[in-house]
Amino acid sequence: MARKTGPVVPLGRDASSRLLPWVFTLMVYLASLSLASVLMLHGAADRWDRGEINAVTVQLLPLDDGSEAERIAQTLKLLRSTPGIAAARVLEISENMALLEPWLGEGDVLGELPLPRLIDVTLTPGETLDVEALSKTLAEAVPGVTVDDPKIWLNRLATLGRSLEAVAGAIVVLIASAAVATVIFITRMGLAVHQDIIELLHLIGARDSYVAYQFQSHALSVGLRGGLLGIAMAVGTLVGIRSAAERLDAPLLPDLSIEPWAWAAFAMVPLVTALIAMVTARITALRVLSRMP
Amino acid sequence: MVRFENVGMRYGMGPEVLHDLSFSLKPGDFRYLLGPSGAGKSSLMRLLYLAHRPSRGLVTMFDTDISTASRKTLASLRRRIGVVFQEFRLLNHLSALDNVALPLRVAGAREDQVREHVAELLAWVGLAEHLHVRPATLSGGQKQRVAIARAVITRPQLLLADEPTGNLDQALGLRLMHLFEELNKIGTTVVIATHNENLVASRPHPALRLTAGELGATVTLPATG
Repeated sequence: MARKTGPVVPLGRDASSRLLPWVFTLMVYLASLSLASVLMLHGAADRWDRGEINAVTVQLLPLDDGSEAERIAQTLKLLRSTPGIAAARVLEISENMALLEPWLGEGDVLGELPLPRLIDVTLTPGETLDVEALSKTLAEAVPGVTVDDPKIWLNRLATLGRSLEAVAGAIVVLIASAAVATVIFITRMGLAVHQDIIELLHLIGARDSYVAYQFQSHALSVGLRGGLLGIAMAVGTLVGIRSAAERLDAPLLPDLSIEPWAWAAFAMVPLVTALIAMVTARITALRVLSRMP
Repeated sequence: MVRFENVGMRYGMGPEVLHDLSFSLKPGDFRYLLGPSGAGKSSLMRLLYLAHRPSRGLVTMFDTDISTASRKTLASLRRRIGVVFQEFRLLNHLSALDNVALPLRVAGAREDQVREHVAELLAWVGLAEHLHVRPATLSGGQKQRVAIARAVITRPQLLLADEPTGNLDQALGLRLMHLFEELNKIGTTVVIATHNENLVASRPHPALRLTAGELGATVTLPATG
């Protein structure tokens, strides 16, 4: 039976090479999380840019004329007849107070305050609502009604989202650069440590490309092993974050879900990392070898 | 095949260790390289196996000027040269079989042929039972035989050996000299650097004698015993 032939240059036995898979694991893990941030922020920023919202809040300011019930009914009627609105629900006084409790505390002071009545309006998915037109219609028909226009803070959120997206993208680039620098360093060190073997290979007729192949195949293997472990850890972390976000009742949080195509992009991360490592090792080895006598 | 004209050699910026060497080797030549320690035999061998380029003068090997040859060309030329290094230079992390197979694999030979030829040659040098043994567990003589097998596995046109029989008993030494002579008969040019004047005398061939980096006249020692 044919025995397995070991690598001609025993790079796997070097102390530095033994650490390399863990370095790759960490880099792929961090790069994947940054990439996930980019993808999530990109989707959210797009939605914010387009002004896509799924709910608005209508406020009825308190008036002393005892017309609140009538105004609420009138407002609900108008809202329910407006295209793009799926549902409209009046928040109970107790719900209003619950919203304020974190700031004002429990006590009689809340009962004494003239609180506005709030109507939670759910929009029909896929349809757009002209908030300005709705605001105008309601204001003409019902006294003391205002509609919170979320576009102002959506624009600010979109700007913030784009900035964070750029930062996360820069982090991915920095991590990739660090990976390239690490491979260059490890390859140069390997060439120095195994100088005797490399000279012997040259003396028996090996071309530089044959020697470089030893380094590039090692880098590919290490990159793949480290990358697969790193992506597995990153996927675990993202699933954990998503599951935690789903349990949170926080409507202001952006949608943290990742599209199916993005998961496919994640699967490419270890492969791309390993390819970058391989090409870097090859170019480095060929450049160093070309300077040898 | 090999032509040296007024060749000088130095290591880096150091003093010249070889001076004005001029000689030539034709296909099928058999030469001993003699001289005391420090005479420059190893340096001349390094020039011959293309580990060094000359500092001055002209070295032509296989009709190629070595001073101006590209790295790629040098690699091709080295595949036509087999070398038995004095210190063996075996790779300790590879088996005897993989060490001997290295020149074939470097040249891109098919793996099934590699294993067959290597196993056959190792059996011939008496190491059939040691194919998968690593050099660290072999004796000096066994390592030398692995090194010799590696040098001849590609049937080189030029075979260079530095003290090839130094660690072998007389019988095995003579057997390996017989192998070199058989290769020589089929056209391989052989150069053997040695201190062993008994060996040289028992298997007479012309000898190049180096003294303090300079080459004397080619001589043939008289046969003994």
